[in-house]
Amino acid sequence: MADNPPHVVLEARNVVKTYGHVTALDGVDFELRAGEILAVVGDNGAGKSTLIKTLTGAVHPTSGDILLDGAPVHFKGPLDARHAGIETVYQDLAVAPALDIAANLFLGRELRAPGLLGRLFRRLDKTRMREEARRAMGELKFRLPAIDNPVESLSGGQRQGVAVARAALFARKLVIMDEPTAALGVRETGQVLELIRSIRDRGLPVALISHNMPNVFDIADRIHIMRLGRRAAVVTPKTHSMNDVVAIMTGAATA
Amino acid sequence: MNTATVSDAETPRSLKARILGTPSVGPLLVLLGFCVIFALTNPRFLATHNLSIILQQTVIIGVLAIGQTLVILTAGIDLAVGAICVLGTIVAGKLVNLGYDPVLSMGFAILLCTAAGLAAGGLVSGLRLPPFIVTLGILGILTAALRLISEGGAFPVRDPFLAWTGNTMKLGGFVLTYGVLIMFTLYAAVWYLLNQTKWGRHTYAIGNNAEAARLVGIPVRRHLLSVYVLAGLIYGIAAWLALGRIPNADPNAMQSANLDSITAVVIGGTSLFGGRGGLIGTLIGALIVGVLRNGLTLAGIDPLWQDLVTGILVIIAVALDQMSRRKS
Ligand SMILES: Nc1ncnc2c1ncn2[C@@H]1O[C@H](COP(=O)(O)OP(=O)(O)OP(=O)(O)O)[C@@H](O)[C@H]1O
Ligand SMILES: [Mg+2]
Repeated sequence: MADNPPHVVLEARNVVKTYGHVTALDGVDFELRAGEILAVVGDNGAGKSTLIKTLTGAVHPTSGDILLDGAPVHFKGPLDARHAGIETVYQDLAVAPALDIAANLFLGRELRAPGLLGRLFRRLDKTRMREEARRAMGELKFRLPAIDNPVESLSGGQRQGVAVARAALFARKLVIMDEPTAALGVRETGQVLELIRSIRDRGLPVALISHNMPNVFDIADRIHIMRLGRRAAVVTPKTHSMNDVVAIMTGAATA
Repeated sequence: MNTATVSDAETPRSLKARILGTPSVGPLLVLLGFCVIFALTNPRFLATHNLSIILQQTVIIGVLAIGQTLVILTAGIDLAVGAICVLGTIVAGKLVNLGYDPVLSMGFAILLCTAAGLAAGGLVSGLRLPPFIVTLGILGILTAALRLISEGGAFPVRDPFLAWTGNTMKLGGFVLTYGVLIMFTLYAAVWYLLNQTKWGRHTYAIGNNAEAARLVGIPVRRHLLSVYVLAGLIYGIAAWLALGRIPNADPNAMQSANLDSITAVVIGGTSLFGGRGGLIGTLIGALIVGVLRNGLTLAGIDPLWQDLVTGILVIIAVALDQMSRRKS
């Protein structure tokens, strides 16, 4: 591969978001490149969640531009962003515990049986959904009990794994995650980070908010540092240490 | 990283786990247990004639419990079940007695019941009011309005079409009413909806975790509305079945229908917290109540014992549900 700059999949330019007198985003820029895991870090209230929400259509920016594959987009809501190929994973386990793994993977996007049964009688294609679920989990190398187990029989990490896999299964452009491991223990966090790596290795870029510096340094290709509603710097784990990143976050240093 | 520790190989669910995971197994055993006891103590219990009477006695609560199941699966509760059904019997009866076409009268009555469901669903999904309060309010309004309309008293409804659901047909050695057949058809149709369609999946998902359902793009409010509308339609059909059993429209009838339908649902293993359970359990639950009433009556035991036993069953069912939730 040549050294020319990699393709930018999702970009924000000079985005401002105010809530009354509060300025949550103060002209922030953002760039997610093809094939990377980009960590978004920053102090509490720095604007990480708000930034991510403007990118997924959950919040409308007061001003500024958002570009997907170089073309400006204006998402009216999260569904718009999803239709454009952007999937989001939330901190809370967004699964239906009594439904099985396959049902959760296809929740809201169920497959209908072919032919008359599907068209007229609206019958679900459970077999195909199970097969596809198995294939997707295999591709992501995420080991789970049988696909027809209810999600409530899984550990917390495996449950979040189901939510992450769902995003990976349906995202066509990129996956965005807001603290996906905040509710998990050490080992379970490891499982989910592993899964995030396989998503990238399958070619989908991932933007991920995290408060956990060791995790960030473990997994990120680049680190976007937020401070006071702006992008303070973008660094890489190779060129900067955790202390450097914390210093930039708190304003004690610049990149 | 730590793939070695993530080693739960894809083991298929064991048969035992499957059976224990099927919520209607327990209720089925209870039903069979009662049947065995009653059959052993009274040979008349198993006579085909008696069995078909049990089915006929189960029809109204059985059908009302279908709608109740739908609402409870979404983590709601419906206290207007009986009142909406009575609305159907009174309106149909009044119109027919005024000389209107019986088919149109019944159709209009069922439509009104559906509209009552729409009102309940609209308040629950649109204004996000608790289902308990909304349906309690509708119960009060309807009960008062119906007593006013019918000037307080019951009145006879003599019309062959309205009574048709009480007519019998022979199936093998079995005498069944059309009402019983309609009940089984409704169970089959709604079972299909719940288990084989997207609509059913979404109903369970909303009862399980409404926020997750919203996040994956399920139109939660619209879906809730559709659940209450379907429930209202089912209560309307139950009104027709009720007129087939007793050709009488009584504003004071069905006072125990709320609790009876909730009892059938709960004994059938559906969780009051929503998202777990299903219609097979409810059918079994309704049959348990019917079998108990019939068996105790045959044995010459005071029917009050039936309330006592069902009360105990309800508490056991809810306790089991609570315990299984705490475990997971
Ligand atoms: N809906 C809202 N209404 C008013 N102010 C808001 C709203 N959402 C965010 N803010 C404010 O915007 C600023 C940025 O918030 P944001 O949630 O984006 O920060 P964050 O970096 O995600 O913080 P944390 O690390 O605590 O999650 C904060 O000052 C917050 O109080
Ligand atoms: Mg945040």
